[in-house]
Amino acid sequence: MAKSIEFDALGLPPEAESLRGEVREFLDAEIAAGNINPNNAGGRGSFDRAFSKRVGAKGWIGMTWPKQYGGHERSYLERYVVNEEFLAAGAPTQAHFVADRQSGPILLQHAPEEIKADILPRITRGECTFCIGMSEPDSGSDLFAAKTKADKVEQGWRINGRKVWTSYAHQSDYMIALFRTAPPTKENRRHGLTQFLVDMKKPGITVSPIPFMTGGHEFNEVVFDDAMLPDNSVLGEIDGAWKQATSELAYERSGPERFLETYQVLVELIGALGDKPDLRGAEGVGRLVAQLNSLRRMSISVAGMLAAGKEPVLEASIVKDLGTNWEQALPAKARDLAAFADVEPSNRPNFQDVIDHATMIAPKLTIQGGTREILRGIIARGLGLR
Amino acid sequence: MTSADPIIVETTERIFRDLADPQAINSADDDAWRAPLWTALEEAGLTVAWLDDALGGGGASIADGFAIARVSGTYAAPVPLAETLLAAWLLGRGGIEAPTGRMTVAPTRTKDRIVLDADGRLVGSVHQVPWASASDHMALIAAQADKNVVALVETGACSVIAGTNLAADPRDEVRFDGVTPLKTAPAPEGLGERGLRLMGAAARSLQMTSALEAILDLSVDYAGERVAFERKISKFQAVQHELAKLASETAAAMAASGSAAKAIGDAEAFDDRTFMEVASTKVRVGEAAREGAAIAHQVHGAIGFTEEYVLHRFTRRLWSWQDDFGSESVWAAEIGKMICAGGPDQLWATITAA
Repeated sequence: MAKSIEFDALGLPPEAESLRGEVREFLDAEIAAGNINPNNAGGRGSFDRAFSKRVGAKGWIGMTWPKQYGGHERSYLERYVVNEEFLAAGAPTQAHFVADRQSGPILLQHAPEEIKADILPRITRGECTFCIGMSEPDSGSDLFAAKTKADKVEQGWRINGRKVWTSYAHQSDYMIALFRTAPPTKENRRHGLTQFLVDMKKPGITVSPIPFMTGGHEFNEVVFDDAMLPDNSVLGEIDGAWKQATSELAYERSGPERFLETYQVLVELIGALGDKPDLRGAEGVGRLVAQLNSLRRMSISVAGMLAAGKEPVLEASIVKDLGTNWEQALPAKARDLAAFADVEPSNRPNFQDVIDHATMIAPKLTIQGGTREILRGIIARGLGLR
Repeated sequence: MTSADPIIVETTERIFRDLADPQAINSADDDAWRAPLWTALEEAGLTVAWLDDALGGGGASIADGFAIARVSGTYAAPVPLAETLLAAWLLGRGGIEAPTGRMTVAPTRTKDRIVLDADGRLVGSVHQVPWASASDHMALIAAQADKNVVALVETGACSVIAGTNLAADPRDEVRFDGVTPLKTAPAPEGLGERGLRLMGAAARSLQMTSALEAILDLSVDYAGERVAFERKISKFQAVQHELAKLASETAAAMAASGSAAKAIGDAEAFDDRTFMEVASTKVRVGEAAREGAAIAHQVHGAIGFTEEYVLHRFTRRLWSWQDDFGSESVWAAEIGKMICAGGPDQLWATITAA
């Protein structure tokens, strides 16, 4: 019901706004040096280890983590600002993005001390890339159908099976994976899965590309054939991964990456319409900007709840559902709105390239990280309907 | 912005709960509920909360006044509370003492303009003014040469051509035809008709947010009671997903209207940043109202569009409130013109400025 939903109005604190200035200076220098091309339709947000190291040196990876592990003990709202500035500029963050958002926090919570001391500082220096091993050929949204097995043996755990749709597995140092350690029970079909830390250099792990329809290589198949993992790769409770999954969702689903993935389309649309747009163009742009503004307010509000130690899983699902629908619809709307605009010939190729690329990546936005249908189920549960 | 005083929120809630229950009003045979409701609101000082104590008001903060508007939307009561609040606020900006009784404000539409001529008489006409025909006084923004003035006028001295919106609440045309206002005062620097529309848009957006919350609750409750094909319809995935969409639209309205109220409370000026925040809010909340009302009706089935059932008290107001103080289209075009004039390189700075 309405009372179970919370979106308090929240301004960014002064320290976050002064950080924004620093981030913009850094990004301007990166653009000037040719390290980021903000107009490059297909290359936005790509993978660049050297860039990630420079970001690490600025102290912008693991910002909220304890100093003991290389973190900076800054707030979620400061992290929010760095994140949205990088996204808007199309910075190549993929070599550290997953580790910073997701894998690091899991390790912080569930990894043994020696693993934390070893890996977390490397993540914060931008030297360590993570991928997520969830989906399998017969397990996507239905995570608890995962079959890839981890068998307890004398020397540790023996892994056999196959993960698919694994983004950047071919460039990752580690994977955090969900493996089956016991069959589900009659009472609880979610029982029997365990989270593991996988060193991707171990023998018995084969990574092969699954190209996107754009031709781009991000997805992979990862096959485990008697791969051996040490005992200390278990993260959290054996057979009890399902208890650990929900708290992550609030971090994973509420950030600005859930509505800024196709942001460049809006920038190009405004360029295409010119400084005196027709009324249809003006109204269309105004609606898009209003919608974006409200998504940003929602995302900041959730960041504030995370900072306050809450677990806004319902609110995060709402942000992801609204946000990904928005960024997905954006290229088609821009195409409509620019239909009668007299686009300057010199601007035309880039506008078209950006729309074309966004159109082709749009379908994944409401699939990855929780499909629209799964999210609506979570929201329905939050309303007390399930 | 300081947050709203809980005593003010609780008082407003109590008065509406006791005297303006939507189902009771819906079933009432006459208008007998109107007078006690208004008297209670007035006696509690809520109607002129935004005006300084010294000018006969409640001396409440911006946050308090918006909180009163927010609560009133939960009951969708046909009462000019938000309008009187806005009028008292506007009078206060001009340092004018507020009279008692019901008030409203004008102009509320971009195309309407009121002029105070050299002889101190009001000229012009305004349209779709909420509750004008039921008001005792109106607070106006009028142009005098190249300056704006705040004017207090007796409604009875103007020609009022009564009309209604689709919720049957008054939306009237008012012609001034040389009426002499009771009082005038220079408007503060930067406050013009757009500032008034923004203030009204923020108040209306808050009312709409509460009305959306109300129809979400009604819809969830109804889906939990109604049985079809031997199951509660809330157990059907198709219905669950529709209700999830209604919840998301309601959530977007909560975030947007809350930040509009905060923006005005923090700045109390109507510069470009406040404009962006409030105009965006009216657009987004209006879109949520359209989508949300449609879903609530679909979930309710036939009972939802009957007179006896309470849903229409909210949905008809949501539809008509979309038009008040600037519709989605009107504000969106203003935002779009500003954004395009700034060019693509300025977009991100504008979005992150607030």
